[in-house]
Amino acid sequence: MNVFIVIAAYNEGRAISKVIKSLQNSGYHNIVVVDDGSKDNTSQVALDSGAVVLKHVVNRGQGAALKTGMEYALRNGADIIVHFDADGQHRVEDLKAMISPVASGKYDITVGSRFLTKAKIPFMRKLTLKTAVLVVWLFYGVKMTDAHNGFRAMNRKAAQKINITSDRMEHASQIVEEMYKKNLRYKEVPVIILYTDYSLNHGHGGIKQALKVFMNMIRRKIFN
Amino acid sequence: MVEFNIVQILIIVFALFAWSRGILRLRDKDISIGEFAFWSLIWAVVIFAAVFPYIIAWISSKVGIGRGVDLAIYVSIILLFYLVFRLYVKTDNQDREITKLVREIAIRDAKKKKKK
Repeated sequence: MNVFIVIAAYNEGRAISKVIKSLQNSGYHNIVVVDDGSKDNTSQVALDSGAVVLKHVVNRGQGAALKTGMEYALRNGADIIVHFDADGQHRVEDLKAMISPVASGKYDITVGSRFLTKAKIPFMRKLTLKTAVLVVWLFYGVKMTDAHNGFRAMNRKAAQKINITSDRMEHASQIVEEMYKKNLRYKEVPVIILYTDYSLNHGHGGIKQALKVFMNMIRRKIFN
Repeated sequence: MVEFNIVQILIIVFALFAWSRGILRLRDKDISIGEFAFWSLIWAVVIFAAVFPYIIAWISSKVGIGRGVDLAIYVSIILLFYLVFRLYVKTDNQDREITKLVREIAIRDAKKKKKK
């Protein structure tokens, strides 16, 4: 099985090398880092660590970056594509549990869920995430425990079918929507998200951003 | 002889000016003939309204709006909404096209460390 790990990175020069190294140490060697127009040395660091680097000339958002990585993986014969976090939030140890349901052919896509484990999650983050779960349920009728988890593994078919048109952060809910619309067999897998100080101070998860995602979901509902 | 007040003259001069810009852009092929027709129609209506305000007043009384000026404002707002919507669709499409371009460039220039 040809497993490709796709990592979307924006200004992750500090964290990315460790992530790539730990993946390689676990036997994953097709690592695709999409540098989404970073202003730091993300590309160079990732390249030196032995990953394939795709560089967005200008920043296009995480959704766009993931799609670029998927496109590359598909063109290079990937059987399974994994979305993995650039700043060390996802554990390499969880990879096997994420991949095996897809590899066995039973499911088309797995999505990580931090709510299926007993791990502690910062309260504010829990609040926004659970709101997202509710919104996804209301919008698409898909019941998930964690609707905005960036840890995913999918087979070729799913990668071809899931069309991410949302360039920015709302791609997460769009993937759920696509999963549902294209009748993909999906499964949530318990994963532990590491909330390091670094990742907590690193942008995502704020109320402001959550609102923006929500507005874009409504917009998509109206115009598409 | 019809006498125009200053506002009427200003509107007419501005509309003619805007229309002349349209002609220039058509000549440089920046806009299509259809777009030019659209804008010509709009400026023609503006000039017509400025020259014959009483006709606008008459129309507005027919459709149940008190003053001619009010009708002009309502129509303008609707038109503006329409134009904003068109712009919105256009930027959205452009956004998507830029992403596509950026993606293709990234994939084409995929970098790998050379194995020693």
